[in-house]
Amino acid sequence: MTAVLDAPPDPAVERRRAVQAAAASSLGRRKLASRVALGVCWLFLGIAVVPLVAVIAYVVVRGLPAWNADFFTHSTVPEGYPGGGVWNAIVGTAVITAIATAVAVPVGILCGLFLAESDGRVAATLRFTADVMTGIPSIIVGIFGYIAIVRNTGGYSGFAGAFAIGFIMLPVIVRAAETAFRGVPRSLNEAALALGARRSTVARKVVVPTALPGVITGVLLAVARGLGETAPLLLTIFGNQYLQWNPSKPMEALPILIYNYSSQPYADLVQVAWGAALLLMAVVLALSIGSRLLAAYLRKERR
Amino acid sequence: MTDTPIRHDEETLGVHADQATAGTSSGEVVMTLRDVAVAFGGKTAVRDVSFDVAAGEVTALIGPSGSGKTTLLRALNRMHDTVPSARVTGSVHLGDLDVYGPGTDPTLLRSRVGMVFQRPNPFPTMSIYDNTVSGLRFNGVRKKALLDEAAESALIAAALWDSVKDRLKAHGSTLSGGEQQRLCIARALAVEPEVLLMDEPTSALDPIATKRIEELVGELKERVTIVIVTHNMQQAMRVSDRCAFLLMGEDKAGELIEFGPTGPLFSEPSDPRTLDYVNGRFG
Repeated sequence: MTAVLDAPPDPAVERRRAVQAAAASSLGRRKLASRVALGVCWLFLGIAVVPLVAVIAYVVVRGLPAWNADFFTHSTVPEGYPGGGVWNAIVGTAVITAIATAVAVPVGILCGLFLAESDGRVAATLRFTADVMTGIPSIIVGIFGYIAIVRNTGGYSGFAGAFAIGFIMLPVIVRAAETAFRGVPRSLNEAALALGARRSTVARKVVVPTALPGVITGVLLAVARGLGETAPLLLTIFGNQYLQWNPSKPMEALPILIYNYSSQPYADLVQVAWGAALLLMAVVLALSIGSRLLAAYLRKERR
Repeated sequence: MTDTPIRHDEETLGVHADQATAGTSSGEVVMTLRDVAVAFGGKTAVRDVSFDVAAGEVTALIGPSGSGKTTLLRALNRMHDTVPSARVTGSVHLGDLDVYGPGTDPTLLRSRVGMVFQRPNPFPTMSIYDNTVSGLRFNGVRKKALLDEAAESALIAAALWDSVKDRLKAHGSTLSGGEQQRLCIARALAVEPEVLLMDEPTSALDPIATKRIEELVGELKERVTIVIVTHNMQQAMRVSDRCAFLLMGEDKAGELIEFGPTGPLFSEPSDPRTLDYVNGRFG
């Protein structure tokens, strides 16, 4: 100890003392700042989560009483008649979403693959277009569907609705697929090319399978998005209180039913709207959670 | 600067005044490892490691891939704290300070045990100067004079001062890979740690940049005790005073096979497995 004090001060040792003194004396302040920051994070998390939980809880509480066997198996009945359900809306939503998915998924995935593999001007334009499509207000998509399909085909139809919903889903799938394909390491691409594979073979055998969990997640999220859209359907499928499997005719759909029935002055129709809202929310939630679980499972399988 | 407040601060750190100067006089023990083991999610990655790190020396951790060198190194400054599934058992001491003791603050510990990583990782939004003094600022140092002095001293020590002194405001990303790694070394040195941990610091660099870092390691041990992980045995021979040889056991967990002065460990190792490894028969 005395030897240290007697020796000429080593600037490095002096600095070490100064740094450690500063670190120790500022520790309390830093810990406090850390705690405050963490507290603020929790607070804002709460602000974000409370409305979410409140909405879910409220819809469950209001919607659950409407659920019974008839609710899922019978179509809507006019006000004043007992029983009835939302079977016609379930069928409509299922048919419309299935058609929209069947068209939007292959187109979207191939677009995404092109965007991921190409960096030319065409790709840049396409990417920009997809971004713009994502931002188009859904009512505009509905108007477009009305003018382009309904007016030219002689009436409201499930096909017109599927067109509008597909339009909503497409850019979501494109960007999700592009992100997933871009996530495939370049070295895998090059490894396949170095073995003499063509680019198309590389895409089919390496890029697509590797990116599949991400693509599936993106598709399921797009389907969830499409299920809940209301505005594009209002102007394209019109609604139908009777069961209709034929997509060339006007159809009912869950969002339309919720929209129409929730503004009715009759308590039992409002009750049906709550039940339909709960059903729609449950399906969308199940798709979101399911897509995540599936992706996690597929990634785990691979290791 | 008076003596009393410094003593006070060192007491809150849990060390005696003379330990704060460790690293300037060689031969003393700076870090003690006893039965150190690290497990991830119940799976042991490295176990049974006991040795002493001598002040003013370079201690190298060598061994093949998967032998737990990096895992062991990261246990020395509690980097595993950030991995929820990781558990460190056994004891690590820095002087008198129990590294994993209940009263030990990991941030204060890390200001005394610095680290340089495999790949150069200068903060991309900070200038060369800001990168160099970032550790000091994180630790609450505000005095401009001290920051300037520490920056110059650290950049000189990292053999970077002459090439960057006229462009301290430039971004760290404008430097070459080797220069970026020396900037990271300067950044670690500016805090004046007692021990500097280096995790394969040349693995991402070309041979010439590697040579400069190796020369640097030899010069730096005057100032700071170094523990370096390397998969390169020639590098271990060139830079280190002592070596710890680790090897993956039958259950895939790394174990300490042999520890000793570098020369004898390479020329006449006591364990046949060490002999095989240093002669390049495997690994």
